[in-house]
Amino acid sequence: MKEIVILSGKGGTGKTSVAASIAILAGNSAVIADCDVDAANMHLLLKPDFKQGSDFYSGEMSVINNEICTACGLCKEKCRFDAISSTDKVFSIDLFSCEGCGYCEIICPARAITLVPRKTGKLYISGTRAGSQMVHATMEPGAENSGKLVSVVKQKAKQMAEENGLQWVIVDGSPGLGCPVVASMAGASMVLLVTEPSVSALHDLKRVNEVIKNFHLKTACVINKFDINLSITNEIREFLEKEKISHLTDIPFNNAVAKAMADERTMAETSPEMTFIANSIWSSIKTSLIES
Amino acid sequence: MTDRNPLKIAIASGKGGTGKTFIAVNLAALIGETSNILLVDLDVEEPNDALFIEGTEGQVYNQYSLVPKWDENKCIICDICSKSCKYHAVARLGDIIAIFGKLCHACHACSELCPQDALPMTKHKIGEIRKIVSGKITLVEGRLNPGEEQAVPLINKTHDLVRCNTENVPMQIFDCPPGTSCPVVAAVKRCDYLVLVTEPTPFGLNDLKLAIKTARQLKIPAGIVINRDGLGNQDVEEWCRNEKLDILVKIPYDREIARLSSGGELAYDKLDFLKPLFANLFVAIKNKALSI
Repeated sequence: MKEIVILSGKGGTGKTSVAASIAILAGNSAVIADCDVDAANMHLLLKPDFKQGSDFYSGEMSVINNEICTACGLCKEKCRFDAISSTDKVFSIDLFSCEGCGYCEIICPARAITLVPRKTGKLYISGTRAGSQMVHATMEPGAENSGKLVSVVKQKAKQMAEENGLQWVIVDGSPGLGCPVVASMAGASMVLLVTEPSVSALHDLKRVNEVIKNFHLKTACVINKFDINLSITNEIREFLEKEKISHLTDIPFNNAVAKAMADERTMAETSPEMTFIANSIWSSIKTSLIES
Repeated sequence: MTDRNPLKIAIASGKGGTGKTFIAVNLAALIGETSNILLVDLDVEEPNDALFIEGTEGQVYNQYSLVPKWDENKCIICDICSKSCKYHAVARLGDIIAIFGKLCHACHACSELCPQDALPMTKHKIGEIRKIVSGKITLVEGRLNPGEEQAVPLINKTHDLVRCNTENVPMQIFDCPPGTSCPVVAAVKRCDYLVLVTEPTPFGLNDLKLAIKTARQLKIPAGIVINRDGLGNQDVEEWCRNEKLDILVKIPYDREIARLSSGGELAYDKLDFLKPLFANLFVAIKNKALSI
């Protein structure tokens, strides 16, 4: 079983669009994991049926029992997250600031503080219109530990692929380079970078590549909307060559793709030209992973 | 949210790549034509504002987080530290205490509960904050070192630094990270008004709904910018009307904007139709934010 993670650094370069296109082409030979749990979009294109859902708890948060609290203020003094405040000797905890470290619970002399599990989201296992199974999630706003939810989504997808003897796991990652991104690439067979010719996207690509290099992962790249700015496209090509990242193909800017996305169809289902490009991306990935 | 001077405006979005940075830098530049303005790049994982604001680089402030360091000579292996750590950043392996710095949230519990002072908190560099001055615009940028996974501490430090340096500015603009999880909350929670940038596609709408949910939980008033208007359909506008959300401005879908932005150029002063739109946005933000 091989796992392909789609990343970009910068948001909005076309990760989901490319990931969903590959998912359509892979059909029931793949399990799909939407690891952009912050702002999951894969469901808009693959139409999962939300068949099985379960609450996901991760980490904890502090709760003060004001009937026992003696208002000594020790918790507020010790909290490094400025999560505890008091008005008229009534102490309260800001749930958006509390990181669930539990220090206040340990040191409260009146034992007025307890940690309770924090519901951070919902995990789903669905069937998609491509005939594949998909693992995805929704997250509570402002939840901590989106990295943990990413790991759970991914592990579940891998387990399902293994149980069903499927060859591929396709993972749509998040923008940036922080904990959800690191969690999504841990243990992957390959990272597929989707970028576009803008100074911002190139800057962000270089930074996320620094993180990918720490994991020594096979890396490939497609340049989306390459014809928007040919001189930056050339800069990207040079960067890819220097970093020995295999440059799979370029995707032209195409109004039909924008329209297709608005109608919730993937690039692979837009026009013969786009279908051809999507096919070439998917076959290059397969070749490079099967050879290895 | 106690002091409203200067007015703190957060530019955010659920989905990445909708044009947060485009709105932030062009708005700051327009305001900077006539008055002092502070622009703060809080997308510390992938900061891009500096690509658009050319200026003289001022001071660079190295930023550190604190992580415990094991002093084996003092340690008596009582194991209080590992039992107190909720993040598994401190673990006892036989008669060794192992520290996993990337998991540490710097709550200080292990360090302060240690009866032997065997876990002093020590500095670990996570990134830097740079200051760039360009005419009346001051840009403060947080930049996380690639490989560091936690964005929140650096976002908080950037906020702190800005607060300590309340220069003579009527308004501060904070360019925030994408998503809806902890980094976004850290970035927007100290702001007075939230500008959510979206695009008129199913993706934009899906993620706008998530962002509005977060804003409502944080009780921060929000207005909407529809970027790339004309790209998709009317669903975003309709939804905003139903939810009684203010649409501050609509920026048309235009290939010339994309071309200028891709090269790291400001666009508001190069396209005739654009400058009045940014002027309207500025007025709309001021009116809405001051009427709260």
